[in-house]
Amino acid sequence: MRTEIRFAGSGGQGLITAGVILAEAVGLHDGKYVVQTQSYGPEARGGASKAEVVIDDRPIRYPKAQRLDVLLAMTQEGCDRYYHDLKPEGVLILDADLVPTAPTSAALAVPITRMVREALGRELFANIAALGVLAGATGIVGMEALTAAVLARVPKGTEQKNRDALNLGFEAGRSAAASPADEPEHDEV
Amino acid sequence: MSAEGSREALLQGNEAVVEGAVAVGCSFYAGYPITPSTEVAEGLAARLPATGGTFLQMEDEIASIAACLGASLAGAKAMTATSGPGFSLMQELVGYAAIAEIPFVLVNVMRYGPSTGLPTSPSQGDVMQARWGTHGDHPIIVLTASSVREAFDMTVKSFNLAEKYRSPVILLLDEVVGHMREKVKLPAPEAVERLERIHPSTPPEWYAPYEETNTGVPPMAAFGDGYRFHVTGLVHDRMGFPTQKKSEIVQGTNRLYRKIERGFREICMTDGVGLEDARTVVVAYGSVARSAQQAVEEMRDQGKPVGLLRLRTLWPFPRAAFERILDGVDDILVCELNRGQVYREVLRVSRGRCEVHKHTRTDGEMITPAEIVRALRERI
Repeated sequence: MRTEIRFAGSGGQGLITAGVILAEAVGLHDGKYVVQTQSYGPEARGGASKAEVVIDDRPIRYPKAQRLDVLLAMTQEGCDRYYHDLKPEGVLILDADLVPTAPTSAALAVPITRMVREALGRELFANIAALGVLAGATGIVGMEALTAAVLARVPKGTEQKNRDALNLGFEAGRSAAASPADEPEHDEV
Repeated sequence: MSAEGSREALLQGNEAVVEGAVAVGCSFYAGYPITPSTEVAEGLAARLPATGGTFLQMEDEIASIAACLGASLAGAKAMTATSGPGFSLMQELVGYAAIAEIPFVLVNVMRYGPSTGLPTSPSQGDVMQARWGTHGDHPIIVLTASSVREAFDMTVKSFNLAEKYRSPVILLLDEVVGHMREKVKLPAPEAVERLERIHPSTPPEWYAPYEETNTGVPPMAAFGDGYRFHVTGLVHDRMGFPTQKKSEIVQGTNRLYRKIERGFREICMTDGVGLEDARTVVVAYGSVARSAQQAVEEMRDQGKPVGLLRLRTLWPFPRAAFERILDGVDDILVCELNRGQVYREVLRVSRGRCEVHKHTRTDGEMITPAEIVRALRERI
């Protein structure tokens, strides 16, 4: 079965790196077919940027994502531009602070960047936390494979912080998926 | 990080070019970085010095190709990589390499043009420039690739054909293939074919660097090996010195063509899906061939008599592959990311024996399988 994931944000947020790590996790550690592509503007930083990962049990021909199973948006623009590519049953994950206006109440809004800044002192690890949120909320990739892929990619000396960011994201993703914030609480009626 | 051996790795097309170049024995790179080819330079900057080779970042693209030609004349397997604007700058010396018969590999990862265009968007707009970008009649070998693994294989092929035919070879990738990452298993270094240029067996005083031979390819000495010879962009005689004699002019130019024509069977590479029974054939190359294959497979699953002819070589144009199918098909649909550069070639070789249509896209995005399915449904 073909699964399509898109990370949307702006240059410098590390989303292409996140796409590469996800692809390595599912391809090299989980043994699936995988293709990772990206698109970005001519700017070194700040322009709209997206990374895509297509996962399948059989060889992948068309390498780009068209009908998304997961959209993870780290900017309002990225959310607005690509929300319509999401399948009806697709999962929308947002950075709650960077995407203030969610297009649907079904969105999983997690304050990814703020959470990382408060826990680890720097926003630098937000892309790794975003991967954790993805894993926690969707189960598309296993944490064992993802952890191995993260540790294989990140610079020496940053392993622990990246591991912490990943776990922080995973827990946040799992609880967001378990109880979407906007779900009506019928029990209380 | 090395991907050699049989370990699986997630590699970009551009990174696979690096691995292919190292595996086939490339020992010299000179270039000027440009999106979307820069990863080739980055990779070889790390790999070549580690294997005793040379990496040079030059002041511009003209100097880059000049350095490659010099290195090749000194015996090195040489390569550069660029994209549209740099490819334009390199054209003059592509012609120099053709007439002086200097083997080297030029990787052009195509981006949207002309001029600065869309630096990060895919295109296949340089097909004709690869053929005719430099002035004057000359043969040229131009290969392409549709996947990361094929980027590796075609890099190896490019070097081998360059050395065997003493010719410049252009590897024409597009941004999608250059930047796409796929899981690949590369062959062990000892399993990679490495062709070496033929060195003269005559003593230095008898050496004629541009002599007639059976294959049309003269042996090539390396500067520094004790063979003194003259290299010029002027039309030259068998000793490499300028000539204006009609007989020598014609003989030299004809030999340039003959040596490539003798190799057509080996140089002109294609493959396909369902060509044995297809009534409508999609022609595609590079990243577009991936969409075409998905579209063709989907329609064949529904019992439609469609096929795919995938061009792995663009120049010399693989005419023989078309001759094999032309009498059996009703329609050909050429899909490409330009306004119809290969389409015109297909029109030319089909000579009215079947209908030829095109589906092109020039908005900086890839052609999707659904578009091709729609275009095919209009035909059958």
